[in-house]
Amino acid sequence: MLEEEQQIEGDSFLPDEYSLNNSIIAIIVEEKNKDKVGGGAPIFFVKDEKELEKISMLLARITLGMVHDLGNRVKIIVKH
Amino acid sequence: MFAYGDMFILSLLLGTLARAFMLRVDYRQFPSFPHSYVIHLMIGIIASTLGALFLPALIEKEYIAVTFLTVGAQQFREVRNLERESMEKIEESEIIPKGSAYIEGIAKLFEARNYMALVTAVVTSILYYYLGWVVAVLGGGITAYLLHLFVTGPHVSDMARIQIVPLNIQGNNIGIDDVIMMNIGEEEALEKWRKEGVGIKVIPRDENARASLANLGQRQAILHDLSILMGVKLDKGIQQFTPLARLQIDEGTLNIIIIPQEPDSKYIEKAVEKIPIIESTQRKPLKSFAGRRAAD
Repeated sequence: MLEEEQQIEGDSFLPDEYSLNNSIIAIIVEEKNKDKVGGGAPIFFVKDEKELEKISMLLARITLGMVHDLGNRVKIIVKH
Repeated sequence: MFAYGDMFILSLLLGTLARAFMLRVDYRQFPSFPHSYVIHLMIGIIASTLGALFLPALIEKEYIAVTFLTVGAQQFREVRNLERESMEKIEESEIIPKGSAYIEGIAKLFEARNYMALVTAVVTSILYYYLGWVVAVLGGGITAYLLHLFVTGPHVSDMARIQIVPLNIQGNNIGIDDVIMMNIGEEEALEKWRKEGVGIKVIPRDENARASLANLGQRQAILHDLSILMGVKLDKGIQQFTPLARLQIDEGTLNIIIIPQEPDSKYIEKAVEKIPIIESTQRKPLKSFAGRRAAD
């Protein structure tokens, strides 16, 4: 029985210590930079820099995360 | 009065006083006043009672009775568990947690203090039996004081020099010197760091200090105490103002960034200097042959 359970756990595609912490919760990017992003996290497209600031700030507050700037006009939200 | 009554009461009194003397209220507010105080004072009285009964039991040739000391030891260990548990519960509600090393350090201290009350009571009763009450009172007091001195650990100032430095902000990255510690995406938050952020460099004096300061528990303890002493502009949901402590790995300097409520650099320096070095984080590589030789 126990072995069976372990087998199932081992087959799981999630790593053992999967947590929302320290993984990208959301990505915010201007529409013109669309092709810079992709992947599993929710992506929020915004029209200009002002909206970029505002949306990223709001998302950080709501998710209790923090905004990081990758330096290429892409912002991400990460919970630490 | 029962046999050895005077001796018992005097030892009990001195042991309890020794415990009370070690219970002080300071910025940590631990143990909390007044209820924790009552608890620890009562356990101190019990410890002193055990100590005070030690000599009478021996004089009466009741050797088996001495085993009650082991019961005492069991109880004191319970105190340590109790303190640890209660602190771990409170930990969730702290803005900046103490960290497990700090908790363990405090819990250990509370256990040890009961033994100190016990030893004080034993010494007092022995002195009373052989040399009279004047010597007993003096000797008991001196014993308590010496024990207290003996267990007072080092502070950060014994191990390191403190320097208050401006932050190095380049683009979205905040750091001290060439160590990047935090990346901030919000312009507003960056502005606040620029205006109010303070950088603190804790420069270790030797290799022993370097090893201790590198410990994550020690760093957390410094952040926790600093945030209490100087205040910190931080709340749940605004992680971007979290104070951080990161090593400059080449030299072992500990760099701290914080937004304090009181941006008074002179007293920030004083505050960091007085933070205790946690017992279990202390490493002494210089005590080994290899460590000493490799150090220069």
